Amino acid sequence: MNKAYPTEELLRISGVNPNKCMKCGKCSATCPAYDEMEYHPHQFVSMVNSGDIEPLMNSESIFKCLSCFACVDRCPRGVEPAKLIEAVRIAVVRKQGNNHLLADDVPNMLDDEIPQQAIVSAFRKYSK
Amino acid sequence: MKLSYFPGCTLKNKAKSLDIYARKSSELFGITLEEIDNWQCCGGVYSTAKNDVATKLASVRALKQAYEKGQALVTVCSACHNVIKQTNHLMKNDTAIAKKIDRYINDGSMYTGQAQVYHYLEMLRDIVGFDEIRKKVVNPLNGKKIGAYYGCLLLRPSSVMQMDNPENPTIMEELISALGGQSIIYANRNECCGGYIAMESGELARKKSNQVIENAKKAGAEMIITACPLCRYNLIKNGSDIPVVYFTELLAQALGIKGDTNE
Ligand code: SF4
Ligand code: SF4
Repeated sequence: MNKAYPTEELLRISGVNPNKCMKCGKCSATCPAYDEMEYHPHQFVSMVNSGDIEPLMNSESIFKCLSCFACVDRCPRGVEPAKLIEAVRIAVVRKQGNNHLLADDVPNMLDDEIPQQAIVSAFRKYSK
Repeated sequence: MKLSYFPGCTLKNKAKSLDIYARKSSELFGITLEEIDNWQCCGGVYSTAKNDVATKLASVRALKQAYEKGQALVTVCSACHNVIKQTNHLMKNDTAIAKKIDRYINDGSMYTGQAQVYHYLEMLRDIVGFDEIRKKVVNPLNGKKIGAYYGCLLLRPSSVMQMDNPENPTIMEELISALGGQSIIYANRNECCGGYIAMESGELARKKSNQVIENAKKAGAEMIITACPLCRYNLIKNGSDIPVVYFTELLAQALGIKGDTNE
């Protein structure tokens, strides 16, 4: 179980101001990973704001975000939900033993064509 | 003219043709791309977290070197460009982080985002000019129907990338038409292919990539071009039955320095 980071800390790390959110849901509507997420981008915004952080820190949703920045660009209020998801994800993977991707797992994920870019990107997002 | 060049690790390995034809084509326009000395991997994706400082170092070192040589920095891989451009923006706008990074680099001059950063496409548009390119075409594409696939990294976040209109980009379409092709506009050209999720969820990558391929084909595309090795991989891996090639291959082919691009 990952203990919750305080709201202020996640807001500082992300630079996000959740009070700007008008709950239109556009971020989640445009998210390419929506179907795979337990908590959606707009929920990250409202749950961090209300201090309901532990469920987010223990959800696979943080590893489903593709860092496509669609929610960042298309939010009409400039809230930038992906930055909040990133802050939660980093808070989780920084804890010892929490790496989501281990070097030993990588050989099984490869084929002859997979670009180096995929491997370094996955490591940057999933592990510390 | 000489410009600094950051190739990135994928262009030295799985995406060699993205690199080789970028360099060859630029020579034809009188531009030499000078590789940054001892460049290091950009990391593939930009971390937006303010407490994630060390991941910015490789980009800052490359930017600083280009700036100190008095050159703009050119990248051709979408991912490298995204990471480097976002890092440059951070250095310019967040003094606290720029100072932290300066303590790592510690060579007496703090870097604060002064370098100019160009994606190769921007170099073609803003330094060479599409009209110049049109004049040098020897193998025009004869109206071939080509769908430009932007994906995410070239365009977003648009406030930082500032390459083009993020919802209605034209830079690759203008290139296609300069080379004598017909550009095909389709809705998914700026939606995600799945990116690095291909590593652990082939299923999600397949879903996202198929949407792009089907959408491009429906609009009439006979070929897709991209600037991103991972987009190309995802589209091909997930069964694109039209060719997916790097834009630099198409450019070099039209300029007469590469054979037919139709693998
Ligand atoms: S950045 Fe992440 S959360 Fe935002 S739209 Fe893309 S996949 Fe969804
Ligand atoms: S798009 Fe922006 S304003 Fe709308 S719900 Fe998402 S974060 Fe809130």
